[in-house]
Amino acid sequence: MGESSPLLQLTVARLREQLRQPKVLFWVFAFPLLLAVALGLAFRNRPPDVIRVGVEQGGGADSLAYFLGRTRGLKVAVLASRQAEQELRTGRIAIVVVPGDPIVYRFDSTRSESRLARLAADDALQQALGRRDVRATADHKVTEKGSRYIDFLIPGLLGLNLMGTGMWGMGYAVVDARRRKLLKRLLASPMQRSQYLLSFIVARLAMLGPEVALLVGFGMVAFGVPLRGSVASLALITLIGAMCFAGMGLLTASRAQTVETASGLMNLVMLPMWVLSGVFFSSANFPAAMQPLIKALPLTALNDALRGVMIDGASLAAVAAPVAICAAWGALSFAVALGIFRWR
Amino acid sequence: MHPAPGSSAIKCRALVKRYKDVVAVAGLDLEVSSGECFGLLGPNGAGKTTTVEMVEGLVPPDGGDIEVLGMRWDLDERALRQRLGVALQETRLADRLTVEEIIRLFRSFYRTGHAVDEVLDVVELREKRSAWVEKLSGGQRQRLAIACALVGDPDILFLDEPTTGLDPQSRRQLWEVVASFKRGGGTVVLTTHYMEEAERLCDRVAVMDHGRVIALGSPRQLIASLGADHIVEFAVGDGPEPLPEAALAALPGVKAARRDGPRYSLTVTEAHRAVPALMVELERRGAGMTELVTHHATLEDLFLSLTGRHLRDT
Repeated sequence: MGESSPLLQLTVARLREQLRQPKVLFWVFAFPLLLAVALGLAFRNRPPDVIRVGVEQGGGADSLAYFLGRTRGLKVAVLASRQAEQELRTGRIAIVVVPGDPIVYRFDSTRSESRLARLAADDALQQALGRRDVRATADHKVTEKGSRYIDFLIPGLLGLNLMGTGMWGMGYAVVDARRRKLLKRLLASPMQRSQYLLSFIVARLAMLGPEVALLVGFGMVAFGVPLRGSVASLALITLIGAMCFAGMGLLTASRAQTVETASGLMNLVMLPMWVLSGVFFSSANFPAAMQPLIKALPLTALNDALRGVMIDGASLAAVAAPVAICAAWGALSFAVALGIFRWR
Repeated sequence: MHPAPGSSAIKCRALVKRYKDVVAVAGLDLEVSSGECFGLLGPNGAGKTTTVEMVEGLVPPDGGDIEVLGMRWDLDERALRQRLGVALQETRLADRLTVEEIIRLFRSFYRTGHAVDEVLDVVELREKRSAWVEKLSGGQRQRLAIACALVGDPDILFLDEPTTGLDPQSRRQLWEVVASFKRGGGTVVLTTHYMEEAERLCDRVAVMDHGRVIALGSPRQLIASLGADHIVEFAVGDGPEPLPEAALAALPGVKAARRDGPRYSLTVTEAHRAVPALMVELERRGAGMTELVTHHATLEDLFLSLTGRHLRDT
């Protein structure tokens, strides 16, 4: 029974070490869910705002106020002339309706809310006063899944999580083992170095499935975030993404002697991508001059590919370019990391 | 099966290692026979660890030859690693693996070796088999480190300062593990700065200082080379000027004398003659003795007489 494959033993040891640390479980599994819930609540789609309308006191003001008040989405108050002026100026009401003939709409035409109020108030009054529509129309209200903020967010969080888990999972553990002289001790045994590094990758892959399934599944169940592309495409992209960041984690950890150095390096690599790579908001918000650089970042590429497959239902071929960028980062990182890796 | 006792286990010639402008090992020759326990004794910084790590194939030497079990690191690393067991100085194994899991992990690296249970028994960690490493005491951790070194049934066991920082009981427990490995025919190379450890465990000891071997032999031979069995240490009160070492060395039964502040150390062949003579001499000089200790000569005394420093000075 004592004999067993070193790769299996190393992988199992690696997984045990991870699963026995509550903080690892928190960052890998709980943190992205908490982030999704918090941001999902903060940016949930709200019903349209109510438009406030003031009616200036005077003959006929009450009936105008009555007609306007019947209309959905308008909130009406009858105000003295001076007060109406002031509330319009401070933006508490969007428009002032002055009774008379003609009925006068007083509003700031540069405020979109006021222009909206002008249209809504006029429409309401004309209908109430007898206008007939010449053509029947019908509303079909759309709150389409896939176009909400949470739909944008979940693939971004998935990408972010693949980056964090990949880099920390690889980088921290390697540097910690080096600091403890565990790497050196293993080197003094007949263990093959390639198997040690391979065990990290295998362990990473073992964590990947649950990690992706949990976040994507949570998005589906809690927020109805769709998965429009194929599961196979998603699996392949997350695999390539995970390997890409495992490589980058290994690279940042390849020479660092202390955990502090490695943490610093990893934050240096990851923080810009937190901001630039379109996790929480679209990277299109950055100036055009920065776009080629941003597009070349591995997390941007991964997020683009994930959103393509999950939300747009893109085929693998359609996201080949970002997937290739990811794969290239991974391959380059692994190659350099193995070249400069320090075992002591 | 271990190699035949007496055959050469380790041969080093003219080993040199430099770190920047510090010469850690300065041309060292070493030969260890199969079945013996060989000790490298010296203060911190003497080059003991660098030496064993070169022999273990972990640190490449800047000059010289190393042959281990008739093999060389550049040609036979894979085969050689299968036959060595190593416990480094201060390795911290994974915190949250159990004792058993770690031993099983190390077992998987070796083609042949002991069952995990067997090794647990040898290092007396059977009750701790399911305990996480972070919960172990210092002595238990060291025994685990040795278990990892033993599990591949090595021909040579390397131990770098195995008992540094351990309490006396843990130290003795560990010595017993090493002794039992040796009884089974294994070869042991250990470094230590505890002379007691070297005297208890080692068949031969190389005393190292500044990257060189300054004395080599069995503990008994080395102590005998002092030419005296006893050490008399004494201190005098705030007396007159210091006693001349030459006058003390000339006393009957005294072979050598050394002064260290108010304290004196005499290397003595016949304590029963030396001590009365010393009393008379002190009285004649009007110096009052404040302390007197005698003990059997040790490797510590040898080191002191060779270098003028204590093993644990640094």
